[in-house]
Amino acid sequence: MTELWYDLEPFLQQGTLGLVNGAFYALLSLGLAVIFGMLNVINFAHGAQFMLGAVVAWMLLTYAGIGYWGALLLSPLIVGLLGVVIERTMISRLYKLDHLYGLLLTFGLALIIEGLVRNQYGVSGLPYGVPDAFRMPPVDLGYMLMPAYRFWIVVVSITVCLGTWYAIEKTKLGSYLRAAVERPQLVQAFGVNVPLMMTATYGTGVALAAFAGVLAAPVYSVHPGMGANFIIIVFAVVVIGGMGSIMGSVVSGYALGMIEGFTRVYYPEASATVVFVIMAIVLLVRPAGLFGRA
Amino acid sequence: MLEVRGLEAWYGESHVLHGVDLDVGDGEIVTLLGRNGAGKSTTIKAIMGVVESRKGSIRYNGTETIGLAPDRIARLGIAWCPEERGIFASLTVKENLLLPPEIAPSQVDLDRIYTLFPNLKERLSSPGTKLSGGEQQMLAIARIMRTGAKLMLLDEPTEGLAPVIIQQIGRTVQALKEIGLTVLLVEQNFRFAQKVADRHYVMEHGRIVDMIPRAELEASMDRLHSYLGV
Repeated sequence: MTELWYDLEPFLQQGTLGLVNGAFYALLSLGLAVIFGMLNVINFAHGAQFMLGAVVAWMLLTYAGIGYWGALLLSPLIVGLLGVVIERTMISRLYKLDHLYGLLLTFGLALIIEGLVRNQYGVSGLPYGVPDAFRMPPVDLGYMLMPAYRFWIVVVSITVCLGTWYAIEKTKLGSYLRAAVERPQLVQAFGVNVPLMMTATYGTGVALAAFAGVLAAPVYSVHPGMGANFIIIVFAVVVIGGMGSIMGSVVSGYALGMIEGFTRVYYPEASATVVFVIMAIVLLVRPAGLFGRA
Repeated sequence: MLEVRGLEAWYGESHVLHGVDLDVGDGEIVTLLGRNGAGKSTTIKAIMGVVESRKGSIRYNGTETIGLAPDRIARLGIAWCPEERGIFASLTVKENLLLPPEIAPSQVDLDRIYTLFPNLKERLSSPGTKLSGGEQQMLAIARIMRTGAKLMLLDEPTEGLAPVIIQQIGRTVQALKEIGLTVLLVEQNFRFAQKVADRHYVMEHGRIVDMIPRAELEASMDRLHSYLGV
């Protein structure tokens, strides 16, 4: 029994740490799924908007003295508003064209945003400390001690993901959203302002990315490439979960974070590639993704 | 109530309507008859504002709607029940029913709808597309009845349905009239149209070519048969 426990302990520890990465995968792929479902646009700027969330948090602290809690609210608002402007002035012109145009536009936007931040702040990274409220002893999970801030990341991420799922699946506004994903024209013919809904959806998706960015600021260094590191994996997560599926992207986000952790126990070299191996297998077996509708 | 003048509409390059003129009076049930491809559905879609491009004049209670977006047109009191019914698969029957926002006080509340369509009441929590074709058609009509819209655009409500269901749809259209709603109906099923309508417009090649009031129907049967080719 004791020996089994010794085997199990590193497994649980790495799995739990993997859950922290999974928390970000889930938040980011959730935003991507919401945007893709409603706008049919693959938002390649999502990683840059995540990074921008962290950078704006740093700016709020440095230039305005607004700390972590203020940033957690303000940074998503500011970056989300930027998303609204981007949707109104650029993305909304592309709805009648092929997916590829939206992808190219948002990819270009990602390069511009990253380039501007690199130009202004360099590549070395901006320091953003763990908020004072979390300077406390680690949380004792029985099999490991988990830093309080990482514990918080997981709790917040699960709460936000569940909240978003509830809002989409169980509320009146969510029923407009689901209906508009299926038949935007008919929903508009019922008297709903669908173009406005699309703008709001993009703004919300972008705000979610920025929210994840603020959460990430104290644990990953704030630098222009931080989004690009994440976004490649997040796209794999979205493909595995099923394009546009809310539940799929959330569940596969956490699951893949944990699988990365488990892989680190047995074969650390593969932990960076395991997600892509799974993606390849899923694409072969279920091309629409695990939760996707074919 | 509705005055359409010189209405033209396009899908991409193809010019589908070539100047449609029609009027629908308050409380009337008016049909659009014609062969496949004559432009009946397109006329309805053009009134609703859901075609790619259109020009001409569509006045609803005096308001020109040709330049308005579909959601604005709906808010004036026009409701559309599309040919493919448009029941949402990711919504339950109840969510489908409650989806269209109320645009004016309606005489039809949920209780009335459940009395008219008892089948729907029993299946409120099923996914919308798990209903039979007839039930989906009921749902598609029921959900626009409770919005307070005054003009209903019904596109082939009887298509592909069994005779007993068609009778029920007929009673529903009659109920719409009793409530005082106005209906513009596209119909292939002439026997059905004959029973419910006050007047019939006949369309050919994207134009209205004839108008036959109910009273003249008997006398105009030969003419009508040659239009419809039946």
